[in-house]
Amino acid sequence: MNNKKTGSIRSKKKREAARFHIGAILLSFIMVYPLLWLVASSFKSNDTIFIDSYSLIPKVWDAVKNYTTGWEGIGGVPFGRFMWNSLVVTVAGTVCGVFSALLAAYAFSRIEFAFSKFWFGCVIVTLMIPSQVMVVPQFIIMEKLGITNTKLALILPWAFGSAFFIFLMVQFFRGIPRELDEAAEIDGCGKFGILFKILFPVVRPTVVTCSIFSFYWIWQDFFQPLIFMSDIREFTVPLALNMYLDPNSFNNYGGLFAMSFVSLIPIILFFIIFQKYIVEGIAMDGIKG
Amino acid sequence: MSLSKKRRNNIVGYILLTPWLVGFVCMYLIPSGMSLFYSFTDYNLLSAPDFIGIDNYIRMFTRDEKFWQALKVTFMYVLILVPARLAFALCVAMMVNKKHKGIGVYRTLYYIPSIIGGSIAVSVVWRQLFGNGGVFMSISEALGIKQRSSLLGNPDTALLAIILLGVWQFGSSMLTFLSALKTIPNSLYESAMVDGSRPFYTFFHITIPMLTPTIFFNLILQIINGFRVFTESYVITDGGPLDGTLSYVLYMYRKAFTHFEMGYSCALAWVFVAIVAVFTVLLFWTQNRWVYYESDAK
Repeated sequence: MNNKKTGSIRSKKKREAARFHIGAILLSFIMVYPLLWLVASSFKSNDTIFIDSYSLIPKVWDAVKNYTTGWEGIGGVPFGRFMWNSLVVTVAGTVCGVFSALLAAYAFSRIEFAFSKFWFGCVIVTLMIPSQVMVVPQFIIMEKLGITNTKLALILPWAFGSAFFIFLMVQFFRGIPRELDEAAEIDGCGKFGILFKILFPVVRPTVVTCSIFSFYWIWQDFFQPLIFMSDIREFTVPLALNMYLDPNSFNNYGGLFAMSFVSLIPIILFFIIFQKYIVEGIAMDGIKG
Repeated sequence: MSLSKKRRNNIVGYILLTPWLVGFVCMYLIPSGMSLFYSFTDYNLLSAPDFIGIDNYIRMFTRDEKFWQALKVTFMYVLILVPARLAFALCVAMMVNKKHKGIGVYRTLYYIPSIIGGSIAVSVVWRQLFGNGGVFMSISEALGIKQRSSLLGNPDTALLAIILLGVWQFGSSMLTFLSALKTIPNSLYESAMVDGSRPFYTFFHITIPMLTPTIFFNLILQIINGFRVFTESYVITDGGPLDGTLSYVLYMYRKAFTHFEMGYSCALAWVFVAIVAVFTVLLFWTQNRWVYYESDAK
């Protein structure tokens, strides 16, 4: 009798687990399908892509041609050049931006200087203002300085530290006991020494999280390059893909899908390497990816 | 010789703040001033700005139908997308917040769209999935639903496809809900069970109230983010068909860089700032009524 009962509970649990897994796998498939579709379509020959478009298994393979013609680029500029442009902008913007944010966050949370509350208020206000609003005057300024169509125009908007990163790092700094810096100060450590020798190892996870998201945002940014760039040799990857979409200049869907997938590879690689930081970072601060 | 501590703090503080201050002045303060000035002018980049008072604003509210269309599209986008995504994220978070094998794998798979979602490659895919002869059409045809046009080809449904793209990226909200769910003390659920509470009741009287800070935080961020929708409507539909997906930022962009009406575009930008500000303030204002902070309860 007793055995029967535990047995039925166990089988009930099993059924429940099975139901859960069926639902979870179904949802996984829907979530990943667009990505799989992209990969599959990048392997299909141009004239079969839209015949059985939902199928994930190519009938006529043409992967090599798609990837080579896609990589050849557009308007005489190879795709590698677009990747290089994106990489330079992304790395420079991320390094400068996160470093600026770190310095500002340290000042806001650890040093009592005049008007610090006022400036922190300004940080919060910029957090609420959509960046697109500033783009017309920014464009006019850059035009006057003659830096449109240079990488500088794409790096500058990110380089001074985003309000969001400052905010996150301030939150993090506030959680670190002040005794830590006070002890170092007694030992004769300066403010900069405290930041880099004592606090940096503690805030490193937040710095990494911010860097990862900065990397994603800059790599995928489309709006600013669209406005600041008109010389195709300086295009970043999103702008290049946008050109590929124009049937008058690039009538090659296979190449478009192939390079679309290539543009996602750095993001996915980054995700695999830093997954732990990303998941923890979001759980902690709720950053929107 | 030695500076007073106060002065030293001021010097060090401002040295540390310099990069951000430079950015704030050059990227926000000066552009804001310029943009405010341009918003009262007629300016096409080539000739000098021509001061026209509040004409741009009057034109927007009285003679510009596209402005209202862009507002309507953006409001519909935000008001459907944000609740839908949050509800979906919460459901999946509750589903995944159990002890089963392979949970980590599912969580990762659900999160991937959030990471790649903003990229143009995904917009490219969406264009094909929901466009003419796309996957969506062939599947619904196989199910026997006849369609005269694709989802993206119909002005009434095109926005829906773009909203779907947003809901598909529910992963990061799901992760915030997951970590919030883990902080709800088990004792609350146990005492509810002892009291014979039904799951439905427990959900609405324990889970939801305990999650309200997370919901609030997500709402603020996602509403601000939602208003900024641009890439999707630019790449997937270019605002069409019949302006059915003309987002506010896309309209601003077109006014500035297709029609070269810089002054008008700046006026649009300021109205946009005002709308986002009103939404944010309203949300903060309602906060006391529905957001439950544990530290307040005594």
